Amino acid sequence: MERRVVITGIGIYSCLGENLNEVLDSLKSGRSGIIYDEKRKDFGYRSCLTGFVKTPDLKPFLSRRERIGMHEPAMYAYASTMEAMKNAQLDIDFLEKTETGIIFGNDSTAGAVIETIDKVRERKDTTLIGSGDIFQNMNCTVNMNLSTIYKLKGINISLSAACASGSHSIGLGYLLIKQGLQERVVCGGAQETNLYAMASFDGLGAFSIRQDTPSKASRPFDKDRDGLVPSGGAATVIIESLESALKRNAPIYGEIIGYGFSSNGDHISNPNLDGQHRSLNMTLKSANINPSEIDYVNAHATSTPIGDATEAEAIFDVLGGKVPVSSTKGMTGHECWMAGASEIVYSLLMMENNFIAPNVNFENPDEHSAKINIIPEYKEHKIDCFLSNSFGFGGTNSSIIIKRFKK
Amino acid sequence: MSREEIIATTKRFLSEEFEIEESLIQPGNNLHKTLDLDSLDYVDLVVVIEENLGFKPTSDDFKSIQSFNDFYNLVEKKLA
Repeated sequence: MERRVVITGIGIYSCLGENLNEVLDSLKSGRSGIIYDEKRKDFGYRSCLTGFVKTPDLKPFLSRRERIGMHEPAMYAYASTMEAMKNAQLDIDFLEKTETGIIFGNDSTAGAVIETIDKVRERKDTTLIGSGDIFQNMNCTVNMNLSTIYKLKGINISLSAACASGSHSIGLGYLLIKQGLQERVVCGGAQETNLYAMASFDGLGAFSIRQDTPSKASRPFDKDRDGLVPSGGAATVIIESLESALKRNAPIYGEIIGYGFSSNGDHISNPNLDGQHRSLNMTLKSANINPSEIDYVNAHATSTPIGDATEAEAIFDVLGGKVPVSSTKGMTGHECWMAGASEIVYSLLMMENNFIAPNVNFENPDEHSAKINIIPEYKEHKIDCFLSNSFGFGGTNSSIIIKRFKK
Repeated sequence: MSREEIIATTKRFLSEEFEIEESLIQPGNNLHKTLDLDSLDYVDLVVVIEENLGFKPTSDDFKSIQSFNDFYNLVEKKLA
């Protein structure tokens, strides 16, 4: 028998704020988290724009041994997971005695690897690297660190799917719980923000060069968009069987009812309309709802010319032109590996507080975005059901539908 | 480096690296227990010793160390 899957804990550490309250304020006011980073200019970046995320001080919470294997992805993820665990009313004593898994999205550890290799180049002796670097260097760094700190006993895998990593982590956790294979899974996404993380991406010329006004640079769906702005942090979404959530009397933020996915099997970086159609149609079929039941779409739209145009067409084709749509990336920039999870958190905050966060900097539509209903300013709006899209390099697509929980 | 200098220097970097109070580092105390070393921590112990004193202790060197006094003796020998 298939089980219902609900969200019982959320946490966020992003350029919009270091916790849910700060992020809620930013989402309502349309505050941008994007800055101009002078260091990038000296380093050779074409665009020096980035979402600004402080390195969290975890010394008050974790021992030296627990911190030593952490670089940015794991540090950010611990910060967001700490908040999610608290909201979910979960503690280590409970987790140690029950079956809780972790599937966290992450797709790079560039900063950690480069710092390690620099040490070897300088010291010419691998035994002088130290014991923590290997656990910072591996792509499953978030999983390794969080599963040992929280003593998790269920599934333990890292998920790498480019900019859809966070979304797929929730989708796969959902399938495992729905099928009765797991009781509870810590899902999410993490994205490093250091100087090294995005250099090769910048080299593709995909980033906005509207550097004189950082808060205006990320312009999803706007006619004059000129590229994305990289960003990062971490978001955690704890999902659970309804039965378990009710038994624990846990808070319920929403119910996951649909997960759709596809691979384009086409170009390595260009989006593909057919792939997005298939992902959207699969999630609708999986949720067993009509397009008219979707009250809000949180678009993937990153502010690139071709990406936003393709998604606008896909949304119009599958969901029509009436459903309200916004991309929070106008404020956050593109949170990449984390985005699919953070945007679920942003959308849950909107659903809980009855509003749509603005698609900032959407001033004029192009021929594609003119077909859909983009919300450029804060709007009070009751959301009972929303859809979140995430698409990534390599042609990986993910679409998740979440509805307000009703018994 | 005099014994007093060795004690002061090692106290500083060991307390900093392993995040313990300097006052816990006493000549007669057990080094392994005081620093709460697990198998991975010995890797870091080698790194901080090399960084601060310029030599790399071997695993055989560690076998001969129980107290901090033993450790100071080793440092004196290696720096001689």
